[in-house]
Amino acid sequence: MHRYIIKRLLLMIPVIIGVSFLVFFIMDLAPGDAVDLMAPEGATAEDLMAIRHDLGLDQPVVIRYIRYMGGMLHGDMGISYVSKTDVFDTYMQKLPATIKLSFASILVSVLLSVPLGIYSATRQGTIQDNISMVLAMIGLSMPNFWLGLLLIIAFSLHIHLFPSGGDQTLSAIVLPALTIGTGLMATLTRTTRSSMLDVLKQEYLRTARAKGIPEKTVVMSHALRNALIPIITIIGTQLAGVLGGSVLTETVFAWPGVGRLIVDSLNMRDTPLVTGSIIMTTILLSIVLLLVDLLYAVVDPRIKAQYIIKRGRKKRG
Amino acid sequence: MAEQKDMVLEMENLNVKFVLEEETVEAVNGISLHMRTGETLGLVGETGAGKTTTALSILKLIDSPPGVLECDRMEVCGQDVLKMTTSELEHIRGSLVSMIFQDPMTSLNPVFTVGQQIAESLERHENLNKNDAWKKAEDMLELVGIPRERAIEYPHQFSGGMKQRVIIAIALACSPRLLIADEPTTALDVTIQAQILHLMKELKEKRNTSVIMITHDLGIVAETCDRVAVMYAGRIIETGNLDEVFNHTKHPYTEGLFNSLPNIKKRKHKLQPIHGLMPDPTNLPKGCAFAPRCNYATEACKERRPELMGFGGTHQAACLAYEQAGFHIERGKTNG
Repeated sequence: MHRYIIKRLLLMIPVIIGVSFLVFFIMDLAPGDAVDLMAPEGATAEDLMAIRHDLGLDQPVVIRYIRYMGGMLHGDMGISYVSKTDVFDTYMQKLPATIKLSFASILVSVLLSVPLGIYSATRQGTIQDNISMVLAMIGLSMPNFWLGLLLIIAFSLHIHLFPSGGDQTLSAIVLPALTIGTGLMATLTRTTRSSMLDVLKQEYLRTARAKGIPEKTVVMSHALRNALIPIITIIGTQLAGVLGGSVLTETVFAWPGVGRLIVDSLNMRDTPLVTGSIIMTTILLSIVLLLVDLLYAVVDPRIKAQYIIKRGRKKRG
Repeated sequence: MAEQKDMVLEMENLNVKFVLEEETVEAVNGISLHMRTGETLGLVGETGAGKTTTALSILKLIDSPPGVLECDRMEVCGQDVLKMTTSELEHIRGSLVSMIFQDPMTSLNPVFTVGQQIAESLERHENLNKNDAWKKAEDMLELVGIPRERAIEYPHQFSGGMKQRVIIAIALACSPRLLIADEPTTALDVTIQAQILHLMKELKEKRNTSVIMITHDLGIVAETCDRVAVMYAGRIIETGNLDEVFNHTKHPYTEGLFNSLPNIKKRKHKLQPIHGLMPDPTNLPKGCAFAPRCNYATEACKERRPELMGFGGTHQAACLAYEQAGFHIERGKTNG
């Protein structure tokens, strides 16, 4: 098991190299650079050249990339062209807000979707099932920014229950988390439902019923535990998605997260900040996906056995 | 009323239909079963004869909808199953009546240890705490010939025969009065079959459990059962004790079953299958359901449905041919 984890962590290195390479070169291929956007009005060509020289932008892209990666090896992610602050520090400043919002949104999504999915699955084909599925569809169909605005109008302007933006108070997280959570709901509800439907047909549930286990326990313990793998997969990918930042929701609620950081730095052609932020996000996602894979092993002993067999084979080979 | 107390199962006129959108499947049509303590009844028939549905009906485990269960009387150890609430039913399932399912590969929950799966019913029915239930679960494993240390293992770590032993341990954990074994050895290879049957017989005798042995294998019936009921298209067409049904076969279908057995002494002899198929349960014929496949069938068989009639002792069969005096079937000549 430890070997499996170490292997997965080592696999992150080529992923980081690949991602940084792609981001760096795509940024270079895009027309214009940070200097064009930063330069004061009326700056001469010489002025621009001087700034470029200061930032090292007059060097070929390959040299710049190697230098950047060299810095990375020392844990130095570079300095932002625009704000002249350390990239790592800038990203870390925004990260807590994003993590808070991500977990809150996932919590909303899970608390709404999983019970709804189970409820539908146990009443397949009934009116309740159809209503649940329509509810989930509505969640998916509403654009985030629009739902966000509606929530602000309802709960901030009219009822004054929650603040409309910022992250100063604890209650400020409610509206953005609801906005993102409802968006994620549809997929998770449908996955839960179909996964449960699949498991509810299994013969081992008949065995459990024949043992006299109450129907509630049959569904919530015997069936749900077997249906968890696809549910965890979806929750994991959704968490990875929101950890990368949700630009629209962050914008609507003035939430100081990494989504806006990345978009702003992209607009400014701030290559070190863009690359650094994306590398950090990549690392975060890899860790989340690794945790998801480890969670599989906790839920399903057969998967755990597979991880261990892999190690055993390696030993023999 | 001492006789009454002795009865484990009294089922009269059970009918089970599955009402689907386009059609209605008539799975069981008027079956009556009576069983005493310690008795083993073999329920024999082809695939689709309604054996499993009959068994599930005793526990009221038929999915409804689409299943519709109608029965004049269904008593388990004197308790009226038909009048029970869901929680009362859950209370007798696994304690008074338990069931062994056909396929051990899919009948165990893959995410719980086998110990947990045995202990679960003990906790529920015997009011044991977690520790005591676990200890008794380990005892049960030992009883079916599995070392107690393996209780912490998961089903995927067991072979098919071992899984079936675990399932037997689950079924017998709370010492049920009636055990329904639904083709318990069909999915196992022959050497394991003998072990499992031997184990079941031994445990049954130890605990004086009544067993309904559902099977299509007449060899298993001969080895384990006291009485036999042969089912065809949702009806019992012949029933009696082992000697009556095996040595004085009355119904042409039962005879067909015997003739289709491979005979090790006549290896050049061709197998004699019963030609044709069981009738479509969504569209059962008006007369005898076996008539289209029966060599003795007459016009009357297609028009009128035969009822069970007595042949002395406990022997009963449903065949119109016996209305003519002197009719008898001959072994080996039934099917063509």
